[in-house]
Amino acid sequence: MDLTYTPRQQAFRAEVRAWLAANLPAEKLASYDTREGFEQHREWERKLFDARLSMVMWPQELGGRGCDLTEWLIFEEEYYAADAPMRVNQNGQLLLGPTLMEFGTEAQKKRFLPRMAASDDMWAQGWSEPNAGSDMAAVSSKAIRDGDHYVINGQKTWSTRASFADWVFGLFRSDPGSSRHHGLSYLLVPLDAEGVTIRPIKALNGKDAFAEIFFDDVRVPVENRIGDEGQGWKVAMATAGFERGLLLRSPARFQQPVRKLIELYKAHQTEADRDPGIRDAVLEAWAGAEAYALSAYHTVGRIARGDKIGAESSINKIVWSELDLKIHETAMRILGARGELLAGAPQSGDADGWLEGFLFAQAGPIYAGANEIQRNIIAERMLGLPKA
Amino acid sequence: MDFTFTDDELSFREAISRFLMTEAAPETLREIWETDSGRSPDLRHKIAEQGLTALSIPEEAGGLGMGDVAWSLMTQELGYYGIPDSLADTAYVSAGLISALPDSVSDRQGWLEQIAEGSLRIAIGHPVNPLVADAHLADFTLLNHAGEIHAVPRSLIDVEHNPSIDSSRRLCRVMWEPGSATRIADAATGQPIWDQALNRGALSVAGQLLGLAQRMLDLSVDYAAQRKQFGKPIGSFQAVKHHLADVAGKIEFAKPVLYRAAYSLQHGDVDAPLHVSLAHQACAEAAHLAARHGIQVHGAMGYTWEVDLQMFMKRSWALESAWGGRIFHKARISAAVLSDGAALGPGHVFGRS
Ligand SMILES: Cc1cc2nc3c(=O)[nH]c(=O)nc-3n(C[C@H](O)[C@H](O)[C@H](O)COP(=O)(O)OP(=O)(O)OC[C@H]3O[C@@H](n4cnc5c(N)ncnc54)[C@H](O)[C@@H]3O)c2cc1C
Repeated sequence: MDLTYTPRQQAFRAEVRAWLAANLPAEKLASYDTREGFEQHREWERKLFDARLSMVMWPQELGGRGCDLTEWLIFEEEYYAADAPMRVNQNGQLLLGPTLMEFGTEAQKKRFLPRMAASDDMWAQGWSEPNAGSDMAAVSSKAIRDGDHYVINGQKTWSTRASFADWVFGLFRSDPGSSRHHGLSYLLVPLDAEGVTIRPIKALNGKDAFAEIFFDDVRVPVENRIGDEGQGWKVAMATAGFERGLLLRSPARFQQPVRKLIELYKAHQTEADRDPGIRDAVLEAWAGAEAYALSAYHTVGRIARGDKIGAESSINKIVWSELDLKIHETAMRILGARGELLAGAPQSGDADGWLEGFLFAQAGPIYAGANEIQRNIIAERMLGLPKA
Repeated sequence: MDFTFTDDELSFREAISRFLMTEAAPETLREIWETDSGRSPDLRHKIAEQGLTALSIPEEAGGLGMGDVAWSLMTQELGYYGIPDSLADTAYVSAGLISALPDSVSDRQGWLEQIAEGSLRIAIGHPVNPLVADAHLADFTLLNHAGEIHAVPRSLIDVEHNPSIDSSRRLCRVMWEPGSATRIADAATGQPIWDQALNRGALSVAGQLLGLAQRMLDLSVDYAAQRKQFGKPIGSFQAVKHHLADVAGKIEFAKPVLYRAAYSLQHGDVDAPLHVSLAHQACAEAAHLAARHGIQVHGAMGYTWEVDLQMFMKRSWALESAWGGRIFHKARISAAVLSDGAALGPGHVFGRS
């Protein structure tokens, strides 16, 4: 065990810090749940890419730096500590990207990965359907083979920022007689293809944060399939694993708001201390973020030693989503009667986006596999308890 | 940066675990705990033969020269198998205190050698604990007098026994007269050593609590897989599954907190006291939930004396207030985190850089 950073790691930290200090946008970008904000974020992503800082873990030839996971954690720490813009293409970069690296052909990797890293292509995720939420194997949208194409009909829903994105990846039933997790194929579909209709869904924050996607005889070439025909479930499960695991929610994403929560508490301490529960909630949030960060470093070390991370990633998902709620609920308690005010309201004291974060935190225990489902997975796969 | 254990550390832990599984089965422990002394010289001897008492004794005194990091694995095993206080108090906490004494303490080397070979029992009375565990049969007790360290032989103390609901515990009020004959360090030397002993004691308890949590989880999983109601194993019911999944989550996330605290203590990090308190808190929470959910899934069986779960529940309820209870550790965390200039935010989990 050696809990010190190597000179190389320290130099990398310093480089990232300096680059961010010199290049951060002068003004806060608009919300990426709006068209305007989405495009501003795309511009920022391109700038990151030009500095080879978009996907630091990806190999050099894909525009990355070949960093290891420890360096990635360092990058994330600096990124969040600098209050840099939220990453807008995570569905692509963190979920589809690793899937392509594992299951894609060389041609697919060349075609999709560099454009993904540069956010020239923004990706939406297409798993959920009206009747396939937690029960993803109930997917019924069809992709029927017609020569060297698939013809897609059906509907996806809850697809994050699909109103603005360029592509969607998802699971479609390529064997019409199949059921459950058999006969599914993993396809990549351009959202400007003929027959695609996108209908935005207003989310809790009043913005078009996600969308329904309708497919009406949409033709997609066979080379847009990842993995073998009918083997989509296996490929999708790998993506789900990445999502719940480490990458999607790096510890810094919670450590930075916890730092601000402590500042918020101190700034309102006289009033806040009238409720003795608040200080404890602040300390619990800090302890939670600390434990989450330690767990990430421990996991990274174990992966480097060759351990495989299995159902533990379900624990991870529960922990970060509940931590995010705890942080934001506590901030709202401190803000009290002003908490409801929109950030632009003249009397709002919310420069740090607590309300927006509080709203989004409500979704954490639902998306990326609802927490109840994660608890089932832990009980059955980690503890070996019998299925219902 | 490498936040993992070496293969040597892991296989040593494996060996100790396998050994305790056969030598410290619950039936054996129950028999030992029912005796007056509550301790078995025979088991102690066998544990010493495994090398455990030599773990952190310096090599020149016949030890293995490992430290808090290795102990953070071993204390989990001691907790898992319900090994009473005397072993960790002697071989880990007291050994640490004695190692920190100046060379001028003439008995120092001899004591360390005897700890390594397993022939010495030491009790340790830190003011944070109102009573001293195992002082009744310790060869001597380390006691604090206004920051001074005294090594007081059994013949110079009187003990008043205070039975605990945890039948493994032997808690004593110790009555003694401080004098120059027993003093081994003055207050200026002694106080920092006592402070470190407190952190080590808290870390020892934290590791044991985590081991206890794992034991209670394992017992509960076994029970839930076997016990049938409504024609099915109760472990197939989602409410039961979720109780146990939550315990597993608490345990997994307490481990790295414990390991960092051990590393910080071993390397003299300025934030070690904070890290130790956080570890004590995280491990105590895991054990507390394991007990609560453990007894719940056992039904009435969990409320009996007969089922082994009770041994581990009671031990965890006792230990969560040992070497600083929730109040003590929460207060330390609060003071550190809310202090001006606390190093907060991303990039500050290891060392202050
Ligand atoms: C902000 C946000 C963004 C999203 N983005 C995307 C996206 O980009 N792409 C995409 O495909 N999807 C996305 N989703 C959808 C998300 O994946 C689903 O909401 C999720 O899988 C749950 O499905 P559901 O909403 O249909 O809820 P349901 O499955 O109907 O579940 C409702 C409740 O019932 C519980 N429940 C269901 N089954 C069980 C069971 N077996 N045991 C115990 N409890 C159960 C659930 O845990 C939940 O509490 C997003 C959702 C949100 C909120």
